[in-house]
Amino acid sequence: MNAHIADLLNVVVLSSLVAIAIAVSYVKDLLYAAILLGAYSLVIALIWLLMNAPDLAITEAAAGIGMTTLMIAVISKIGRKGE
Amino acid sequence: MSNKIAIILLVCIGLVLLLAISELPLYGAPDNSAQNYVSERYIEGAVSDTGALNMVSAIVIDYRAYDTLIETTVLFTAVIAVFMVLKKAPDRKGEPK
Amino acid sequence: MRDFVLKRVVALVLPFVTMLGLYVIFHGHLSPGGSFSGGIITGLSMIAFSLVFGLDRSQEKISERMMTLIESFGALWYGAMGLVGILRGTSFLMNKGAGIPLGEPGKLYSGGLILLITLGVGLKVASTMVTLFVSLMEEEEE
Repeated sequence: MNAHIADLLNVVVLSSLVAIAIAVSYVKDLLYAAILLGAYSLVIALIWLLMNAPDLAITEAAAGIGMTTLMIAVISKIGRKGE
Repeated sequence: MSNKIAIILLVCIGLVLLLAISELPLYGAPDNSAQNYVSERYIEGAVSDTGALNMVSAIVIDYRAYDTLIETTVLFTAVIAVFMVLKKAPDRKGEPK
Repeated sequence: MRDFVLKRVVALVLPFVTMLGLYVIFHGHLSPGGSFSGGIITGLSMIAFSLVFGLDRSQEKISERMMTLIESFGALWYGAMGLVGILRGTSFLMNKGAGIPLGEPGKLYSGGLILLITLGVGLKVASTMVTLFVSLMEEEEE
């Protein structure tokens, strides 16, 4: 891959990471926040892939996107019932 | 007021973190401290020592197998903790609830 | 969550997701991935089944007791594999030094203990995820 294209890709990915991280704090609904955290994990998985670490990318994709989002969604429902 | 304090604190923490990042070695630089004789030993000997092509697996489950054993125990402990908090105790007959 | 389209799409996609998880587990020593990521993918496919078709139908497929058994014996399996080294007269969790046949690098059977340990830990992680999820869901439904 051309060095310039790789640099541009890095800039796009990292700035979208910051944008998602800021967006999480502005969302009121917990479910939307959990889904945005999943998007954050997706971008981090992309970063691992760009840094030649496919092992970590697979783990991040599975654990970060799937498991964390599901667990936060389920746990937030439990907390809501108690209110 | 507390909003302003929070923003100032966040900026300070961000500056400290950026300073820490500027001290890190460059990604993929040949004189990184990570590229020493240990990594050379793994890269040269992983396939002949363990027979696994995926070097990460070779390190995690062969060279550092004891670490991974304790790591699985951590997951087991997490499940036990969730059971302790959430599960109801079964009746005497063994029927749940 | 009882939508017709959702049920049909999930019924079509889930076998492939499960196969992907098992593939990642079985090829943990050959390609990127390993026990933890493959186990989580396999567990996620089971969780998606119980989300769409309901907890009762997933309990019919694999009961909760079975899951707990798999999880406990997955942790024990690792330790038992480590004892092989001690029985052969070397140290705990020894692979090549204990005289275990390593196989030809690149074939499915290679790496000696690595394949067996990955299999056990992968199934354990999958059942751990399912057990955590099911116990949380049951708490919510009460």
